[in-house]
Amino acid sequence: MATPISTGSEWTFELIETYDRAIHDIAVGEYGLDIYPNQLEIITAEQMMDAYSSVGMPVNYHHWSFGKQFVSTEKSYKRGQMGLAYEIVINSNPCISYLMEENSMTMQALVIAHAAYGHNSFFKGNYLFRTWTDASAIIDYLVFARDYLSQCEERYGFDAVEMLLDSCHALMNYGVDRYKRPAKLSLAQEKLRQREREEHQQLQINDLWRTIPRRQANGEDSEPVRFPAEPQENLLYFIEKSAPLLEPWQREVVRIVRKVAQYFYPQRQTQVMNEGWATFWHYTLLNRLYEKGLCTDGFMVEFLQSHTNVVYQPPVTSRWYSGINPYALGFAMYQDIRRICQAPTAEDREWFPDIAGRPWLPTLDFAMRNFKDESFISQYLSPKLMRDFRLFAVRDDDREDKLYVPAIHDESGYRQVRQTLAEQYNLGSREPNIQVWSVDVRGDRSLTLRHTQHNRRPLEPNSADEVLKHIGRLWGFDVRLESVDDHGQVSKTFECKVDKAHRELLI
Amino acid sequence: MSHLIDRRLNGKNKSAVNRERFLRRFRAQIRQSVARAIKGRSITDISSGEKVSIPVRDVSEPTFHHGSGGTREVVHPGNEEFVTGDRIARPDGGGGAGRGGKASDQGGGEDDFAFELSREEFMNFFFEDLALPNLIKTQLTGNSEWKTVRAGYTSDGTPTNISIVRSLRGAQARRIALGAPSLARLHEAEEELDELLERCDEDDPQVRELRREIHQLREKASNIPFLDPFDLRYNNRARVPKPTSQAVMFCIMDVSGSMDEAKKDIAKRFFILLYLFLQKSYDKIELVFIRHHTSAMEVDEENFFHSRESGGTVVSSALVLMRDIIQQRYPTDEWNIYAAQASDGDNWDSDSANCGQLLDTQLLPLVQYFAYIEITEGEPQNLWYEYLRVQAGHPQFAMQKIRNVADIYPVFRELFKRQPSTGREPA
Repeated sequence: MATPISTGSEWTFELIETYDRAIHDIAVGEYGLDIYPNQLEIITAEQMMDAYSSVGMPVNYHHWSFGKQFVSTEKSYKRGQMGLAYEIVINSNPCISYLMEENSMTMQALVIAHAAYGHNSFFKGNYLFRTWTDASAIIDYLVFARDYLSQCEERYGFDAVEMLLDSCHALMNYGVDRYKRPAKLSLAQEKLRQREREEHQQLQINDLWRTIPRRQANGEDSEPVRFPAEPQENLLYFIEKSAPLLEPWQREVVRIVRKVAQYFYPQRQTQVMNEGWATFWHYTLLNRLYEKGLCTDGFMVEFLQSHTNVVYQPPVTSRWYSGINPYALGFAMYQDIRRICQAPTAEDREWFPDIAGRPWLPTLDFAMRNFKDESFISQYLSPKLMRDFRLFAVRDDDREDKLYVPAIHDESGYRQVRQTLAEQYNLGSREPNIQVWSVDVRGDRSLTLRHTQHNRRPLEPNSADEVLKHIGRLWGFDVRLESVDDHGQVSKTFECKVDKAHRELLI
Repeated sequence: MSHLIDRRLNGKNKSAVNRERFLRRFRAQIRQSVARAIKGRSITDISSGEKVSIPVRDVSEPTFHHGSGGTREVVHPGNEEFVTGDRIARPDGGGGAGRGGKASDQGGGEDDFAFELSREEFMNFFFEDLALPNLIKTQLTGNSEWKTVRAGYTSDGTPTNISIVRSLRGAQARRIALGAPSLARLHEAEEELDELLERCDEDDPQVRELRREIHQLREKASNIPFLDPFDLRYNNRARVPKPTSQAVMFCIMDVSGSMDEAKKDIAKRFFILLYLFLQKSYDKIELVFIRHHTSAMEVDEENFFHSRESGGTVVSSALVLMRDIIQQRYPTDEWNIYAAQASDGDNWDSDSANCGQLLDTQLLPLVQYFAYIEITEGEPQNLWYEYLRVQAGHPQFAMQKIRNVADIYPVFRELFKRQPSTGREPA
């Protein structure tokens, strides 16, 4: 047996390095995790609050909403209502993990295993992150964004930039390409391309204007031209490219917000998978550390206490229940996949013939790389886990006065419960489906958006009105939002009139 | 291998810019809160932070999301009693919105978004109205003057601060404590040796044994160092803010019927400003509130600002009362005396000459500074002209006619120009 690395709870730089090396040996040497190089940064609680309020990024542009976030974090932290998260990890290359000064040695080791090896390997391996984000360029891009925005502030004033950012932030969730692969970014290229774009767009005033003279020249009534030719799901992209009145710098700002939204999009799609993966690995790695005699019993007790809190799932009847805990579900699922590989039951062989009894490491690796929450759950959630969690589905139909239980954790319900839970993590159905429908090119240039209702779920009207005002500000002409029900009929219309005076103010 | 970086010494106020943006955006709401706070607070309590709340709908950032209605299916953990096909009564909150976790993140809550303004931020909002020059703001908020006072001893420090007496005393104590047992034994051994020598030879083994022991004990005693680094003690000094001494501030206000709430509010800010200035310069400040109409009375702060009376105005009554109070309670060799008087300019005609007389001969020689503001829209009356005459002969007298709060500062211009520490040191 080796001697434990440390016995007290105080950390030192040497100890952190020793633990990191030991964990690295296990994670990379024994389990073969593929990771970005790690950068561990020791920070204070105040710095942690700073990091919180700039969505975890070490640099970001300035905006009042981050200040608001900071103010409320600070308030609840000072009152002791909330502890700070133990860790923040940034999907970049090298992968940056923050270790908080106040943590004990055990917690630092836990954070290293969780963030620097768990999340890190997930960022590097999962297909969504590989497709959507470029870890080596994000920090550079944010530096570019911050500098560009402060230049804009100097030139055009704080208020103009702030209003523009407000409007863009309102559409942030609609600033992602869901199906197209984005191009890679790099600082130098980005600067060059930004200038080129600016010039190009100035020369090439967009489709809206180009259509008018041609019609006069032809003088014949052809088919009315549809613009855009097909509905567009990426509202910010559409605005960046087609809003008639935006200045080049404003288009660039829209683009920056869109790029940042795109960067965070995979995180929103892989909550369960990502947190579950990191939790699974800190649990596995630290247990292995203990097996090798590198940490003490006291260390393990402290670690397990904290781990247990993290993966606690309060039942629906509990006062503390607020939905399914992604840490709990994700951790349980990876543990369960490992169990199915190592000790499959007859049920497992029936449900998962392709993984039952196979080596667990490659199976887990495959599961981590090729799924998002939605598909991960519908692929791997096992009947045993549904029983363990005692999952049941509840249907809430506003036409009926009682809730209905369509399925529970039993033989006839497994598939439906699993299907419903997977659907719950589908961002596409969690957020209202709103797309650009058409622009009245030859008339008043008004923009029409369409909300396609899913299961008759309506838009929340107050916020929809507010967001519409923001779109009006960006578009510069009237904006309409039609809500279309399941039968294809427009059931409700929101409208935002942009009057001429306002338009001139905008230019 | 991993790279370990200590970022703790990097700036921690990265969010300061964003916080400031936030304050800037909600300036109007925050200013209201600050104005309300100034009204509600006592003068002496002015320089602390303040809790500010802003309605949530003002700070919310709208996004598209689902409202309640339609059909939704949600999976929950921890089933206890339900089987397939059960129908359950809807829990409170209608539409089951509260149970779906993420179903409604706005929750329809109309709570306020509350947060704390720091002392500096609060003071900035307070000063904003008053149009103070920046230099003055820093004078009022910053803690500029410090003095070092002795604060016991520490076990580390710079060589210049070594306290010789303390260090040697410690060393001696250590030497005594460490040496005592062997010294006692040494004396014993020497006596034994003397006794032995009377009976025996030099070569006796017992004698030799004793001699060796004595030798060893001497050695041991001499090995105790005279001064160990452990004994060193250093004088410790602590920095404390340095207020000069004590002052009394007289607040004199006309409470006749013509002073309405708005005027009183301006007056209050005027008093606060003087108080803040004094606070920077003096250790201990007492406040005396004198209100007057035809006769003057000393009251507490609550009554001073909030009660209203009617009737004519005799300003000299307040000055006489102030003089009496000074004579009884505030001898000028112990107190620095400041006065701030606010009025709307009305005075009983033949009284103004009295006032001038009183100030000229009796009060102004006693006070450090006397500031007068006249809060009025109208033409100056005889009191104003009388005071103008007084001002000519006394540099410590300042006066100003005020229409809004931004006019207050010029009254204090002279006062703020002076170094705070030049206030007369009482004997």
